[in-house]
Amino acid sequence: MSTPYTATPLKSPQVAPDNTAFWEAAREGRLLVRHCKSCGKPHWYPRTLCPFCMGDTEWKQASGRGTIYSFSVTRRAGPTPFCIAYVTLEEGVTMMTHIVDCDLDTVRIGQQVKLTFTPTEDGPPVPTFAPAEAG
Amino acid sequence: MSINGKAYIVGAYEHPTRKAPDKSVAQLHAECARGALEDAGLTLQDVDGYFCAGDAPGLGMINMVDYLGLKVRHVDSTDTGGSAYIAHVSHAAQAIAAGKCNVALITLAGRPRSEGSSGTQARNWGANLPDQPFEAPYNAVTVNLYAMVAMRHMFQYGTTSEQLAWIKVAASHHAQHNPHAMLREVVTVDDVLNSPMISDPLHKLDCCVVSDGGGALIVARPEIAARLKRPKVKILGAGEAVKGQLGGEVDLSWSGAAISGPIAFEEARIRPSDIKYASIYDSFTITVLMQLEDLGFCKKGEGGRFVADGNLISGVGKLPFNTDGGGLCNNHPANRGGITKVIEAVRQLRGEAHPAVQVKNCDLALAQGTGGYLGSRHGSATVILERE
Repeated sequence: MSTPYTATPLKSPQVAPDNTAFWEAAREGRLLVRHCKSCGKPHWYPRTLCPFCMGDTEWKQASGRGTIYSFSVTRRAGPTPFCIAYVTLEEGVTMMTHIVDCDLDTVRIGQQVKLTFTPTEDGPPVPTFAPAEAG
Repeated sequence: MSINGKAYIVGAYEHPTRKAPDKSVAQLHAECARGALEDAGLTLQDVDGYFCAGDAPGLGMINMVDYLGLKVRHVDSTDTGGSAYIAHVSHAAQAIAAGKCNVALITLAGRPRSEGSSGTQARNWGANLPDQPFEAPYNAVTVNLYAMVAMRHMFQYGTTSEQLAWIKVAASHHAQHNPHAMLREVVTVDDVLNSPMISDPLHKLDCCVVSDGGGALIVARPEIAARLKRPKVKILGAGEAVKGQLGGEVDLSWSGAAISGPIAFEEARIRPSDIKYASIYDSFTITVLMQLEDLGFCKKGEGGRFVADGNLISGVGKLPFNTDGGGLCNNHPANRGGITKVIEAVRQLRGEAHPAVQVKNCDLALAQGTGGYLGSRHGSATVILERE
């Protein structure tokens, strides 16, 4: 069995005053993660105040390397199957995303993935991930 | 202050409809309210507290208090999704214990079947949700947010699709006796595994029904419960929790039941092994498995073995669950299953469940719900009840 990835523009994110920089970076192909200036911890999704200590936070660029924590090939919610996933970034935070550019039936928990961006309907591209090794 | 013994569930009613294109949502709320009051032997004039959640139209209690003709001195529209109505039982007991009301009415109703709403549909995220930009683009619907929990459980603990299927099989064994159940046919593990894959690893038969309908509960202070003619169902303990993505330290191996459950058991001063019947929210099979583990009915990771081979079937296994057929087979009104969980627990404690599924000497029961999305953020509510 194989389930090819079908390139589909995704629903646009609601750009808000506290995440404008994130989407500007996304348009340049960079993934930003918010880190706390007090406790030093990164968190996800981005907030201006740290969810661990309420300290002020700042953007830092992520490496774009990660590991699949969980996933599900969703076959009956939309015109074509897609693979929703949680990916744990090298920086330690786990983010919701899609796995793209591969046979979706080969996706596995623990798989190494690398950052890529997927266009949205009328907004900035959103971070998605593809298998780090070709095939 | 503990709520143990401070209030009783004196009325319970599940609307018999499963498809109501000819009724309004407010009308269903009213029919449920009347049904529960009649069950209790009380009237509209006795109600001085009202509880509802997001399924109620408009601003919820403001619109519904006016529509129902209630004269209340206490209202609460806590909304933790499908678990809200279990939390409402606890909140009603708190309000009664604090002297804020004497007779509390809780209602739920909705028409997702007639309105074509389901767990694979794109969600309406609304404005200003902080998580929307980072989740809505990925089409996080209902089913895939539970599927990712199941996928992780399988990876971490070796749980299988066959084991999850047993949860549906058990529910179907119960539903065959419920004339109102949407799905009354007994199914096998193979039936579940051969049903269409919706979102890996959840098949169609791992998912609950989409039904119209509703339910209502009446909670009253002990002095009022004592003069009513119905069997007495005492509230022993309750717990609540909200669990999310933990700042990005996502851990799908446990649910909010791991917090709400122990709080409820401590207040009730009993242990999971004391429970004779459990209503466990079953939006999906994995929802049941997670909550059973988190409530302490088995160890974390052993849920798959615990539910297999009919262990949840009344008269067969050790822990009879959802003897009305649950959300998986009977009813999931408003896409929110919390109130039907309490209603079937009340039936069991009163000895009024269907004879084929009635648990013998059922003196202690639990109702557990999660609401929202197990894979992203959800509320959890647990209530423990005793037949007096």
